[in-house]
Amino acid sequence: MKIYTKPGFWLPIVLVALVGLWPIITDNAANREVVSSILVSVVLASSLNILLGYTGYVSFGHIVFFGFGAYTGFYLMSVQGWSIYAAMIMAGLVPAFLAFLLGKAILRLRGAYFALATIGVNEAARAFIKNFEPMGGSVGMQLNFKIYNDYGGAAQALWTTFYLMIAVTLAVIIVSYLVRFSKFGLGLMAIRENEDAAEVMGVVAPDSKTWAYVISAIFPGIVGLLFFFKNATILPGDAFRLHLSIETIVMVMLGGAGTVLGPILGGAGYQRLRGTLLVTPLFRNIQLVVAGVLLLIIILFIPAGIVGWLRDRFPSLRRVLE
Amino acid sequence: MILQIQNVSKNFGGLQALSHVTIDLPEAQILGLIGPNGAGKTTLFNVINGIYSPSEGRVLFLGKDVTGSKPYRLAKMGMARTHQIVQPLNELSVRENVMVGACFGEENHGMTRAAEIADEVIDFVGLDERKEQLAINLNVAQKKRLELARALAARPKLLLLDEVLAGLNPSEIAGMVQTVAAIRERGVTIIMIEHVMHAVMKVSDRIFVLDYGQQIAEGTPDSVSQDPKVIEAYLGDPKLAEEIATRTN
Repeated sequence: MKIYTKPGFWLPIVLVALVGLWPIITDNAANREVVSSILVSVVLASSLNILLGYTGYVSFGHIVFFGFGAYTGFYLMSVQGWSIYAAMIMAGLVPAFLAFLLGKAILRLRGAYFALATIGVNEAARAFIKNFEPMGGSVGMQLNFKIYNDYGGAAQALWTTFYLMIAVTLAVIIVSYLVRFSKFGLGLMAIRENEDAAEVMGVVAPDSKTWAYVISAIFPGIVGLLFFFKNATILPGDAFRLHLSIETIVMVMLGGAGTVLGPILGGAGYQRLRGTLLVTPLFRNIQLVVAGVLLLIIILFIPAGIVGWLRDRFPSLRRVLE
Repeated sequence: MILQIQNVSKNFGGLQALSHVTIDLPEAQILGLIGPNGAGKTTLFNVINGIYSPSEGRVLFLGKDVTGSKPYRLAKMGMARTHQIVQPLNELSVRENVMVGACFGEENHGMTRAAEIADEVIDFVGLDERKEQLAINLNVAQKKRLELARALAARPKLLLLDEVLAGLNPSEIAGMVQTVAAIRERGVTIIMIEHVMHAVMKVSDRIFVLDYGQQIAEGTPDSVSQDPKVIEAYLGDPKLAEEIATRTN
């Protein structure tokens, strides 16, 4: 399939490239931080979409991979002295392996039972890390600031991290596009629509679901490491913010579950909204309430999300909005 | 023998849905599976197809023991089925539905080839004008055809048809009967569950009659339709019984 000729492939890439270029062109660290937080959301939402949107399995534990990847990479860098590039690889692979084992165990469950199990996983992961002394236990880990000298000083290291974040974001978008239009993706969507019928047609549902889960676990792990590398410190409470799992679901639903572009728009849009709410005195302490209300409104009125709604409303846009 | 069902029983709690069913099915035949409602016909399909594993007995497909194999293993070996209660993949287009069959069946095609096969099969079952529509927007008759198209796209060796004629009008039935005969011409072995007697009697090489989970008759359409046990089994439905009894005239 010649994906390079499809506008639906280029649109999300161009969007991310433009947003990514903005702080580079303006050479502004504040802009960079704003865009960084957007990119983290886009990576979380796009990767969750492979499980939630394509395969139809609701996971309340997506942030586990973010936290686990971050912790793995952080440990390798601070204790074992690895470079960020090598640590990034492990920050992707270790959560992927965790997802593989978890998938074998809990992807047998369907619907609400799977969702409930993922809540358990979320809590278990945080409790484990909190009590696991080699990784700092409840006080977490800190990076020695000297480590930034390997990357041209602290200021330069932050920019390098930002470039890496753009690269990871582009990677997750490309993967999510490739999966969407592959045979593997067709099998996932068949599972989403009717798992029993899919199995009768020969879709090996247990394997497909596990691989979808594994792929969706790689990218949050990598972006988690980059996020905490920037902060130079990691704490169990920050790495496993359970409400972020739910907010990621809101992002996917807002943009349009099952589409490539949807989670990108949803992630960016929700992140900007949250940014605005956090600096508004009235909403500062209740920004999660807004997330809840938003989710309610989406599910009630536009269950297909922004992109799904646009595709329904304007069929001519379907070629572009995928 | 493409399919051998040996002494298969299935019970759900205290309910004996199938007891000691034995069928040998040679290649390129159409076997009509009939019986009153609740006789265990669909349960038998579910056992053959791997959805249930039998409480007792064995199922051999292509000479291999497949008792208790998962449905996707059987699909990959060349078995396909349609469902009595249609199971469309609602939010996928008709073409995508059919492509799933072609992609994941025995031949394991890639997307491009699967799309070509899907287009051929969709034309064959007469859904060509609906290709791009979502499956949820089809009417019941079209969904039945979609079921058939999905099964055919896998190019199966054995095809299980569960009441593909139900809910169709007489001219649609005639069309579907022709379609089924044409499929057999390609060398596909077929088992069809059917309540539309004149159709199943016309198209089948052999008929197998189930009642209360037990075999009560087996043979050519002519011999089965005159079997007193079969007529008795259908007496709850006098019209059908009469139809069977007078079929030879």
